[in-house]
Amino acid sequence: MSEPLIVAEQLIKRFGEFTAVDGIDVQVEKGEAFGFLGPNGAGKSSTMRMIACVSPITAGRLRVFGLDPATQGADIRRRIGVVPQLDTLDVELSVQENLWLYGRFFDLPRPEAKRRSAELLEFAQLTDRATSVVESLSGGMKRRLSIARSLINEPELLLLDEPTTGLDPQARHVLWDRLYRLKQQGVTLVLTTHYMDEAEQLCDRLVVMDQGKIVAEGSPRSLIGQYATREVLELRFAADGNAAAAPQLEGIGERQELLPDRVLIYADDGEHALTETHHRGLQPESALVRRASLEDVFLLLTGRTLVD
Amino acid sequence: MAAMGTPGALRVASWHLTAFRRFWRLNLLSSLVQPLLYLLGLGVGVGSLVDRNTGSGQLLGSASYVAFVAPGLLVTTAMALTAGESMWPVMGSLTWQRGYHGIAATSLEARDIVFGHGTWMMVRSGIAATAVAIVLACFRETRSWGLLPGILAAIAVGVSFAMPIMAFSINVKLDGAFAGLQRFLIIPLFLFGGAFYPISQLPTVVQWVARLFPLWHGVVMARDFSVGDVDWAGVVGHTAYIAAWVVAGTWIAIIRLRKRLYP
Amino acid sequence: MLLRIVPPALVVRRPHRMIERHVVAYRRQWLIVVSGFFEPLFYLLSMRAGLSDLVGKVSIAGRQVSYEAFVAPALMASSAMNGAIFDSTGNVLHRMKYARIYDAALATPMTPVDVAVGEIGWALIRGQLYACSFLGVMAALGLVESWWGLLALPACALVGLTFASIGFAGTTFMRGWADMEIVTTLMMPLALFSATFFPISSYGSWSWLVQLSPLYHGVVLVRAANTGVWDASLLGHIAVLLGLALAAIVIAARRLDLLLRK
Repeated sequence: MSEPLIVAEQLIKRFGEFTAVDGIDVQVEKGEAFGFLGPNGAGKSSTMRMIACVSPITAGRLRVFGLDPATQGADIRRRIGVVPQLDTLDVELSVQENLWLYGRFFDLPRPEAKRRSAELLEFAQLTDRATSVVESLSGGMKRRLSIARSLINEPELLLLDEPTTGLDPQARHVLWDRLYRLKQQGVTLVLTTHYMDEAEQLCDRLVVMDQGKIVAEGSPRSLIGQYATREVLELRFAADGNAAAAPQLEGIGERQELLPDRVLIYADDGEHALTETHHRGLQPESALVRRASLEDVFLLLTGRTLVD
Repeated sequence: MAAMGTPGALRVASWHLTAFRRFWRLNLLSSLVQPLLYLLGLGVGVGSLVDRNTGSGQLLGSASYVAFVAPGLLVTTAMALTAGESMWPVMGSLTWQRGYHGIAATSLEARDIVFGHGTWMMVRSGIAATAVAIVLACFRETRSWGLLPGILAAIAVGVSFAMPIMAFSINVKLDGAFAGLQRFLIIPLFLFGGAFYPISQLPTVVQWVARLFPLWHGVVMARDFSVGDVDWAGVVGHTAYIAAWVVAGTWIAIIRLRKRLYP
Repeated sequence: MLLRIVPPALVVRRPHRMIERHVVAYRRQWLIVVSGFFEPLFYLLSMRAGLSDLVGKVSIAGRQVSYEAFVAPALMASSAMNGAIFDSTGNVLHRMKYARIYDAALATPMTPVDVAVGEIGWALIRGQLYACSFLGVMAALGLVESWWGLLALPACALVGLTFASIGFAGTTFMRGWADMEIVTTLMMPLALFSATFFPISSYGSWSWLVQLSPLYHGVVLVRAANTGVWDASLLGHIAVLLGLALAAIVIAARRLDLLLRK
C-alpha cells in the first residue's frame, strides 16, 4: 500500500478569532473520489484551499504527495488542478486562450499547451465556442471550461469546490459524467458539496463536516446504513399542523424529525409507517416514501438541514 | 429652455441629487483643490516665466498671465466635469444599473430624462464653477466682479458639452469609446481651446477647429467679463452659438433615448 | 542552500507568464494602448504652439533653450509616470478584486512575487513603448540635442519602475473603486510641481518641497540625458528612485501574499 495522497493530522485554520477548521484528520488515497460534505461555513472551502497550497495552515500537519505545502507549495500546485467555488475565468480572453495561457502558468511549452487546450475543448464540449469571449458562455459552459482549465497540467489530483452549485439539472449531469470519466482515468478527485445526490453519485468515501469538525466518515452507503433507516416517510400537514401532529406520531418508525414544513419518520418500511399513520386517524396533506439519503444523515448528526 | 422647468425634469434631477448626496464631500474637495493646483502650477508658476518675457503682455491683451488663465479654468472645469458625467453614468444608467429603465417605467418619459440630465448638469457645473470662482476671488490678481457672469458662461459651456455627449453615450456599447472621447476631444480642447493662450498663436486650421466647439466661445466671454472689456455683440454671438449646441444635443439625445427605451 | 536563506515567497521564477497573458489580452484592445501615446503628444504640441512664444527662453544647465525644449523631457518623464500608475492601479485593482485573475494564477506554480513582478514589468514595457515613440516625436521636432538623448529611455524606465511599484503597492491597500480618486488627486500635484512646467529655481525657498516628489528626480534625469550635461549628483537622483522602487516591490509582494493567500 503506497502512502496516501493527502494526509491531514489535527489540521487547524484560524482567521483571527474565528476557527474555520478545527483539528480535522483526513487521509485520501490515490485514485479515490473523496468528498467533504457540509453546509456553508462548515470549513470545507478553507480545507480545500489549504490542500491547494493557497492558504497557509495555522496548526497541525498537512502533506500532499508527501510534500509540505509550506515549503514546497509550487511543486505541489504543479501536480494538482483546482476548480474554485466561484469561476476565476479570465473574461478578457477567449475560451481557448483561457486554456492555453493557463497552461503557460505551468511552464508548458506553447505548442504543447495549445495541443492540450484543443483536446480539453473537445472534452468539455466547447470546441465550437473556442474563439468566443468567456462572458457569452452560459453558467454550465463556464463551469465546464473551469474544469477543462484545471486539467491543462494533467493533474494527478483534482480539487473541486462545489462544482455544480447554481447549475440546472441537465448541466449537472453532464458535469458528473465528465468527472466520472476522469476518475476512470485514475485522477484522484476531492470535492466539496452541499448536495447529497452529488456526494452519493461521485464519492467513494466522504466526511461530513460541521462547524470546522468532522462529525462522520465513511462511504455514502455505510453512512446511511449507520445513521439512518432504509426508508423515510415525509408527511406534510395543513398549515401549522406539523407540530400538532408530531406527538400523535410517537412510536411510529424508529425516530422522527420535526421540520418547519414537514415531519420526517425514519423507518425501514416506509409504507408500513404510512399505514400506521392513517390508522391513528391522521390526515396528512401529502405523504412520500423515499430512500434515506445523506441529507438525513446530516440532519441526524447536526440537527440542521444542509441547505439553509 | 422653458421646458427644462417641467416637473418631470425636476423629478429626474432630484433623482440624480439623491445619488450625489453620498459623494458630494469628496467631489467638492476636488472641485476646489484641482483648480487651485492648476492656478498655482500653470497660472503662477508658468506665469512667472511668461510675465518676465517682454513680448508677452501684448499677446495677452496686457493682462498678467494668471489673470489671463483664471477665467479659462472656470470654463474648462465645467467642461471636464459635465463631459465625464455624461459618459459612463449615462451608459451605466442604460446598461449596468438600468436607472433610466426604472424611470421610463413610471409616468416620466425620454424627454424628462434628457431635460433632467440637463438640469442636473447645470446645477453641477454651477457648483463647480462657483468653487473655482471662490478660489480665484482669494487672489488679488484674479479677483473681479466679472467672475459672476463668468460662472454663467461656465454653466452654458457645461450644458453644451453635456447634451451632445449624452446623445453620443446613449448608444455606446463598449466603454473604451469614452476613453477615446476623453483623449481625442476633451483633453485636446482643454489644451488648444484658448484657455492657456490666445488661439491666434495656433495654425489657422487648428484655430477653426477650436472655434467649432463651444469651449472657446465660453472662455472668450468669461475672460472679457473678468478683464472688464466686454464686447456685447460678441457675447450675443457666442451665447447663440453655445445655445445652438445645447439645442441640437438635447434634440438628438431625446430622439436616441426614445428609440433606446421604447424600441 | 539558496532556498534556505530566501523565504520561498520571495523567489521570482515566472513573472514573464503574467506579461504573456497581458500581451494576448491586449491584442484585442490595441487601439486603447495606442491612444495612450497621444496625451503627452497633445501637451507637447500645445506648449510648442502656444506657450513657447509667451514664455521665451528658459535657462537650464547654464544655457538658454526654448520653452518646448524645456518642457519636452519633463512631459516624457511624467507620461512614463502616468502610464506606469494607470497600469499598476486601476487595472491591477480590477484584476485583483473583480476579475480575480490572480486567484487563478496562484493556483498554479506562480507565486505572489511572480504576479507582482510580472505586473510591474508589464507596466514598464508599456511605458517604454510610449517613451520610445515620444522620443521619436521629440527628435522629429528637433528637440533632442545629441545621441546622449537615448539615455532618456533608461531614465524613463526607472521612473516607470518606481511608479509602477508604488502604484502596485498602494493598490493592495485599496478597498474599492472609490479609492482610485485618491490616485488622481495625488498625481495632479506631482505632474504640476515636479519642475515640469517651470524650473525649480522658481520655487525659491520652497524648493525642498519639490525634492519630495519622486517625479522630480525622474525629470532631472531625463533632462540631463536630453541636454547631455551631467554630474555626480545624478547618482543621488537614481538612488532615490531605485530605493523607492525596491521598498515598494517588497511591500507589494508581502501585501499580495496576505491578501490572496489567506
